[in-house]
Amino acid sequence: MFTRRSAGLAVAAMFVLAAPASAEERAEVIHWWTSGGESAAVKVFADQFRAAGGTWVDTAIAGGANARTAAINRTVGGDPPTAMQFNTGKQFDDLVENELLADVDAQAAAQNWKAILPASFVQAVTRNGHVYAVPVNIHGQNWLFYSNDALHRADVQPPTSWEDLFPALDKLKSAGLIPLAFSGQKNWERNLFNNVMAGRGGHDLFVAFWGKRDVAMVKGPEFRSIVETYKRLHDYVDPGSPGRNWNDATSLVIQGKAGMQFMGDWAKGEFTAAGMTPGKEYGCTVLSDHGMAYVMGGDVFAFPRLKDTSQTKAQQLLARVLLEPKTQIEFAQKKGSIPVRLDVDTSSLDTCARKASGWVADAKAQVPANELLSPPALTGAIEDIISQYWNDPTMTTDTFITKVANTLSQQF
Amino acid sequence: MRIGSRLAAHIALAPALLIALVAYCGAMSWTIWISFTNSRMLPSSVFVGLRQYSSLVANERWQVSVTNIAIFGLLFISLALMLGFLLAALIDQRVRGENLLRSVFLYPFSMSFIVTGLAWRWLLDPTFGIEKVMRDLGLAGFHFDWIVRPERAIYTLVAAAVWHAAGLVMAIMLAGLRGVDPELWKATRVDGIPTWRVYLFIIVPLLRGSFATAIILLATSVARLYDLSVAMTNGGPGIASEVPAKFVMDHLFDRGNVGLATAAATTMLITVVAVIAPLLYWQQSRPGARRTA
Repeated sequence: MFTRRSAGLAVAAMFVLAAPASAEERAEVIHWWTSGGESAAVKVFADQFRAAGGTWVDTAIAGGANARTAAINRTVGGDPPTAMQFNTGKQFDDLVENELLADVDAQAAAQNWKAILPASFVQAVTRNGHVYAVPVNIHGQNWLFYSNDALHRADVQPPTSWEDLFPALDKLKSAGLIPLAFSGQKNWERNLFNNVMAGRGGHDLFVAFWGKRDVAMVKGPEFRSIVETYKRLHDYVDPGSPGRNWNDATSLVIQGKAGMQFMGDWAKGEFTAAGMTPGKEYGCTVLSDHGMAYVMGGDVFAFPRLKDTSQTKAQQLLARVLLEPKTQIEFAQKKGSIPVRLDVDTSSLDTCARKASGWVADAKAQVPANELLSPPALTGAIEDIISQYWNDPTMTTDTFITKVANTLSQQF
Repeated sequence: MRIGSRLAAHIALAPALLIALVAYCGAMSWTIWISFTNSRMLPSSVFVGLRQYSSLVANERWQVSVTNIAIFGLLFISLALMLGFLLAALIDQRVRGENLLRSVFLYPFSMSFIVTGLAWRWLLDPTFGIEKVMRDLGLAGFHFDWIVRPERAIYTLVAAAVWHAAGLVMAIMLAGLRGVDPELWKATRVDGIPTWRVYLFIIVPLLRGSFATAIILLATSVARLYDLSVAMTNGGPGIASEVPAKFVMDHLFDRGNVGLATAAATTMLITVVAVIAPLLYWQQSRPGARRTA
C-alpha cells in the first residue's frame, strides 16, 4: 500500500546524496507544471530567479497529487526542498499545524501584500496571523468557452445568462452537434457542479456550501433548483464523455464538433496551441445570475522550515522574485492565468484575461474556489456523491440532497 | 557438513528475512496502528478507537468497491480458469503451429495493466471504438456501450482482465497436461469413455495442483486490482467501477485522509488473509506435496 510513499522517500534519499554543497542561493523547487505552456511559464520564474543571482534547481513532477506527495514526504522525512507548489487553499493546513513551514511575514510586510493582492488570497495563505505561502497566480475556474464556428452553424448567439444557455444547447443539439463538450471524470463533474452553484447561487450560497457547510441551505429550495439545473446539463453531453480527459473535450470545441465547454482558464492553452485567438475563433464568458461570480483559485509556493541559513536566504529571494511585477505579467502570459498582483498592467494579456482582471479587482465579483474553503477529505467525499448523481440516472434529487447533507455534517 | 551448509543457508537468507520483517511486518503494524488514529494528511498519534472503521463501513464508495471486487474476483477467476484450461486442452491436441499459438495466447500477459486498460478503453469507447466501427459498417442499431453504463462498467474490467490472464492460466495448465501419463489416455480410449468426460472427471482432478497455483496467482491480482481500474474507467462512470485498492490510494494521497485509507488497507489485509490462508493450506496438504517439496 505504501509503495508510492516509499518511492518518494527513495527519491528523497537520492537527492541527499546528490546535493552539492553550495554557499550561493540555490533553490530546489518542486512543482507539477509539466505541459508545454506550463513549463514555459515556470521557466519565467527560473529565469527571473537566476537574474536575481540565485540558482534554480527544477524538480518537476507530473500530476498535482504526485508532486504534493513527494514534497510532503521529503519535508516530513527531514530533507525538504527549498520551495513547493500547492493550490491556493487548504492543502498545506496540516503542514502548518505540524510546524513544518516557515512563515513569509517579512516578505508580506515588505511588499505590502494587503494592498496589492486580493483580500481573499491573502486570507487563504494566512494561518493564526502568520503568512505561510506566496500566491503566484489566479485561475478562473468557471469559464464557458464556445466555438464561434459551431455556434454560427447552429445559428445560435453566445449565451449571456443561464436562461439563455438551455435554448442555445437545444439548438446545437438539433443542428447535430455535441452541445456540451464534457470530460466525465470526478473532479470535472465536481467543477461543473461548482460552476452551476456559483453561477446560479452566487457568492453567499457557494461559501455557505463549501465553507460553512450549511445543512439548512442544502435542504432549501434554491439549492434544489441548482441541483436540478446541474442534472439538466447531462442531457447535452455525448455518450463518449465518461472518462474523457478535459483537454480532449476542449479539442472537440476546437474542431467545431462540440459547441461549448465549461472549464477553467487553463483551457486557453489548448486553444492557443491550436492557433486560435480568444474573441476570434472562440469566445469566453462567465454565466452568472447574481452580478458577477468569478470563481478564483490559483497556485502558491510554500517554504519548508530549514536549518541551513543559506537556504533560508534562497527562500527569501525566491519569495520576493515570484511577486515582482515583471515576473507576474510574463508568467501570466504563458500560463493563461492572470497576475495575482492587482497593480500590474494587464493590457498585454488576451481578452478573456482582461475581462477577468476587472473582476479580480472587485471584491463583490469574486467567489473563492472550492480548495480555499474545504479540506481535501471533505471535497473528495462530496465529489463522490456529485459524480454518482451525475452518472446514475436512477438517483433522485432528494437522495442526492440527503447524502450531501449527511456528509457535510460529518467530521473532517 | 550438514550443519555447516544449513548455517550458510540461514546466513544467505538473513537479509531477505530482515527486509521482510522490517519492511512488510513493520509497515503492516504501522498501518494497523495508524488506522486507529485521527490522522489526516500526516500521521498523528491521537487514538480514536474504531471511528475510522465505522465511517469506512458507512462510506458508500467503500461499499461499492467491496461489491465490485467480489463480482470481479468471482467472475475473473472462474472465467480465466475456464478459458485458460480450454485453450490448454485445445493446444494439447498436438495442433500445428503450437509454438506460435502458445506465444499468441500468452502475449497479453506480457503487457502491463495500464496498457491493457487503455487499449480496452479505446476499443469499448462508444464514440470511436467497436460501436463506432460497427455503425460505420452499416449496423446503425449496434449498441455496445457497457463501459459508459454504471451498472455494466465492472464487467468490462472483468473482460479485459480475463483477456490479460487467460494465457498465463493456459501455460500453467498445459504444463500440467503434459505431465499426464499417456497410458491413462490409452486406458480411457480402450474403455470407450468420451473425451470430454475424461477431461472433466479424470484430468481436472489430476491437475489439482495446477489449479491451486493458478487460483492463487489470479487471486493476488484480484486483491491488488488498481491500475486496470485507473487506466480503463478511473473508477467511473461515477463510482461504478471503484475498487478497494483505489479507495486506499486516493484517500492516502489525493484526499489527505490517511486514517480512513489505513482503515481500508487493514480491512483489505484481513480479507486477503482470510481468503488466501485456506487456499495455501489446501495446496500444502494435497497428496504428494510433501514428496516434491
